[in-house]
Amino acid sequence: MAEIVSLADAISALVRDGDTVALEGFTHLIPHAAGHELIRQRRRNLALIRMTPDVVYDQLIGAGCARSLTFSWGGNPGVGSLHRLRDAVENGWPRPLELNEHSHAGMAAAWAAGASNLPFGVLRGYRGTDLPAPATVTCPFTGEELAAVRAHRPDVGIVHAQRADRQGNVQLWGILGVQKETVLASARALVTVEELVDELEPRPGAIVLPHWVIDTVAVVPGGAHPSYAHGYYDRDNDFYKRWDQISRDRDTFTRWLDEHVYSAVAA
Amino acid sequence: MSSELMAIEAARRLRNDTVCFVGIGLPSTAANLARATHAPDCVLIYESGTIGAKPTELPLSIGDGELADTADAVVSVPEMFAYWLQGGRIDVGFLGAAQIDRHGNLNSTVIGPYDSPTVRLPGGGGAPEIATSVRDVFVMLNQTPRTFVERLDFCTSVGDRVRVVVTDLGVLEPQDGELTLTQVHPGVRVDDVRAATGWELRVADDVRETTTASEDELRALRALRTKGDA
Repeated sequence: MAEIVSLADAISALVRDGDTVALEGFTHLIPHAAGHELIRQRRRNLALIRMTPDVVYDQLIGAGCARSLTFSWGGNPGVGSLHRLRDAVENGWPRPLELNEHSHAGMAAAWAAGASNLPFGVLRGYRGTDLPAPATVTCPFTGEELAAVRAHRPDVGIVHAQRADRQGNVQLWGILGVQKETVLASARALVTVEELVDELEPRPGAIVLPHWVIDTVAVVPGGAHPSYAHGYYDRDNDFYKRWDQISRDRDTFTRWLDEHVYSAVAA
Repeated sequence: MSSELMAIEAARRLRNDTVCFVGIGLPSTAANLARATHAPDCVLIYESGTIGAKPTELPLSIGDGELADTADAVVSVPEMFAYWLQGGRIDVGFLGAAQIDRHGNLNSTVIGPYDSPTVRLPGGGGAPEIATSVRDVFVMLNQTPRTFVERLDFCTSVGDRVRVVVTDLGVLEPQDGELTLTQVHPGVRVDDVRAATGWELRVADDVRETTTASEDELRALRALRTKGDA
């Protein structure tokens, strides 16, 4: 049974310095509050994984939590670049960041392989690109040469979801991204949820992650903001636009971090 | 406004039975415009997993809730890329980029050397496999010598399925494997396009002028507001 604890206790128990950590969410259900808790607890040398690192990864990178980033698209969706990510890559501030860059299809295959307990994922991909060449495998049936990507197997996988019951069964719906794969591929899994309910009523398109594949559930209402939780609150598009200004300058960013993360009380 | 005509010209090329893979920005505008005008049954797929999305206003991100609410089906991201894109179910994929070469190869990764870039761009995302898995790639870009380059700093996706490049100045289509100017927008001269291209631009013998935006097209386009601007 998944333990239901506070977010601060969950991060403190599950994440160590140097861990490989994935906070996933494909534009929906992005675990912002959990990212802020990692920053507040000053985790260091994390190897971060995410298909679409956006604002919360920009914050983690700018706060100096990450040593590497495995990803396929790193931007502020609909707005532009991530300035803290750019500063780390272009100028090594606040520390250099090693990049392991993929395509979306390659990342998705690596997640599916991790969830399937396979060593690698296979796809017809990366043809002709200058992206770091993945390994290849030859199909034993047709002889076709295919791209092979190493499976994602993070130490800790963190996702946000709409709700959980008191045993820690988690229900989520709307855009599902790679939430299920992240939980199943990770050695330890934390799910933050909007609310705890007595019973998970069925919903169209919803999936349930059973409590026995999750280590810890933390109840964090609004834990995806400025991302959104379908059925609970909308995406705060305005914040994504404001982030462009906040993050452009190191001092403005540092002040924002002090005010909104370090001096904020843990959920 | 030239970006309006770009969206309109791209929309005209989508048919009612087209299944298209859409990114945010002008491609999303073009595809939704087609749906609002001559191609109401055109199927819009956003890579976040929404199949048959029918947004009433333009989304700011590919994961906006309205896309899921209005979709025929919502699938996971691994399913989207494996079953639907790699599965060969998609007719048209839209791509943009920071650089394009004469063969339609695109760069959306870095300006400058990869290991010490002058500008680190967001990266390829779905582009490498969109470029090799859909039937026809449509590219939408503003045309400048910095964007239309002799040599890419980085090849993010290959150009062999690029069928059309719609720019703010005109339209390029491949002829014998090289992008060739086939249309200029009203008021644009062929020499303007040459000057905005970083290579010796090939020009078709019969360059035609893009049909001016109709009132219906403009009205439909302006009715599609971006959510964040509302």
